[in-house]
Amino acid sequence: MSPLLQVRQLNRRFGGLQAVKNVCFDVRRHQIKAVIGPNGAGKTTLFNLIAGSLPADEGEVLFDGRSISNWPAHRVAGAGIARTFQNIKLFGNLTVLENVMVGCHIRARAGMLAGMFRAPHTRAEEARIRTRACELLDLLGIADLADRPAGALAFGQQRAVEFARALGLDPSLLLLDEPAAGLNIHETAQLGEIIRKIRALQITILLVEHDMSLVMDISDEIVVLSFGEKIAEGRPAEIQRHPDVIRVYLGDDHA
Amino acid sequence: MRGRYTPLLILLGLVVGIQLATAVTGTAYFLTQLTMTAYYTLVVVGLCILMGYAGQISLGHAGFFAIGGYTSAYLTTLNLASGTHPSAVALLMRCGLIVPGHNLYGAELARLHPGVAFLAAVALTAGIAVIIVIPVLRLKGHYLAMATLGFGLIVYRVVLGTAGLGAADGLSDVPAFTLGAGITVTGGAGFRVVNYYVAWCLVSLGALLVLNLMQSRAGRALAAIHGNEAAAQAMGIDTAAYKLRLFVFSAILAAAAGALLTHYTGGIGPSEAGVMKSVRYVAIVAVGGMANLWGTIVASAILNFLSLRGYFGIYDDAVFGGILVFMMLFAPQGLMARETFAGLIAWVRRKGGE
Repeated sequence: MSPLLQVRQLNRRFGGLQAVKNVCFDVRRHQIKAVIGPNGAGKTTLFNLIAGSLPADEGEVLFDGRSISNWPAHRVAGAGIARTFQNIKLFGNLTVLENVMVGCHIRARAGMLAGMFRAPHTRAEEARIRTRACELLDLLGIADLADRPAGALAFGQQRAVEFARALGLDPSLLLLDEPAAGLNIHETAQLGEIIRKIRALQITILLVEHDMSLVMDISDEIVVLSFGEKIAEGRPAEIQRHPDVIRVYLGDDHA
Repeated sequence: MRGRYTPLLILLGLVVGIQLATAVTGTAYFLTQLTMTAYYTLVVVGLCILMGYAGQISLGHAGFFAIGGYTSAYLTTLNLASGTHPSAVALLMRCGLIVPGHNLYGAELARLHPGVAFLAAVALTAGIAVIIVIPVLRLKGHYLAMATLGFGLIVYRVVLGTAGLGAADGLSDVPAFTLGAGITVTGGAGFRVVNYYVAWCLVSLGALLVLNLMQSRAGRALAAIHGNEAAAQAMGIDTAAYKLRLFVFSAILAAAAGALLTHYTGGIGPSEAGVMKSVRYVAIVAVGGMANLWGTIVASAILNFLSLRGYFGIYDDAVFGGILVFMMLFAPQGLMARETFAGLIAWVRRKGGE
């Protein structure tokens, strides 16, 4: 079987800055893969290129063998790629349950006219989405927050809601942009458990992360970026010994 | 339904109560301005969800109102009896799409059925709304406000400068629009009470559709777009398509209100297309509070009624301009918003404590 995600010779420039340069790698099905690198290495840009939030200058992204290069973000999401954001982007004006129900958007059909006239077929659909959203809140252990306004939650809780919302898309690939950012040691440990739980649902995970203990703990494979270029790729143990990786993180003296 | 429709029932109760009060006190002449107020309120309901739920400002809603009104007026006052295709006219007359009649001097008339004109007016407005909004939806911020402002100015200059649309005089002698079952949209004194109820029922219907929409999948999507557009896209929501549809719905409400008010008053003039009318609609939404449907309806009912009764005199436009400035400076959440009351109470306490 072909890899779920194939990134081919991806390039993106911002003016004179080459943020992502000829990056290539594959993500195999049901694996947890991490992208690491020092600040400014181009990790978030790479994510935005895959998710369709930014158009690529050159290169190609294949998802399930099909090119999704330069698709708009909503179409990428519709194809089965869900994401979370580095600076959590919940819908603060909606409740936690409604946030997750928005996550289920593509799993329903009712349009604007059906909504205005309360078309009979929308009722069963609404009930199904609501049930699904409740299940996801249960899975993440935040069912008690369902009716709280999402904007009023603690940071760690918001992160969990964002996970539930992303799972609402029923994705085959989940992109996590620095999921441990802003979490304490205890919450980070819980996060590792959640990510494993999600993988158990047959969902492939690609994450960008700074927390090395988390990355080494949960990843099957790691890609290392530096100044927009891939400098290493391999299993955690290989990456820890890789001389180029040690050089970019610790400086020349240690290599 | 957990009280979802309670405000709607209160509105209908108020509508009935006010009519009864005018009947008892012998002030039934107020109903004329209250009916006109209802049609302007319909415009504002559409603008309220556009501004409050989709975060888009339109300074061109008077333009949509005018296109609806002028299209209806033009099509229903056009005399087809002396046209070059008498056989086609006769055929359409048999189908009921063209209505025969006589003018004041007894000359023969053949005019388009107001229902056909109404549908044409709404369809034309919807088409124009699509053409305006597609290019600006890709842009963010105030571009839609600027584009709709330009559009409103164009509509105003076109109706003012087109002889076929009556230029500065506008169109008059617009016939009555019979909806059936003894219900006729016209300014005749015998139809005053009926028209009052027709107009406010339409406002209630508009409010009902908006309420239902907000509780649906599409309503959540709109709220999500308003909350965080990038995140909404990441959920698979085609944000541009949703904004387009909401904008068109809003324009259709304005066009329907314009067409019906034109049948009610029997005519329409260029002032209805003026930019100050658009500013007035935005000011009313600002007073009621963005995304506050009921606040907006109350604000519209009070301000439009006072304006139509002439209480603001020659300062009419200035009052609405002033209201908009005042609201933006002191109560951007709207006069009826919780935040505004909290701010007011805090201010009173501070002053009291000094």
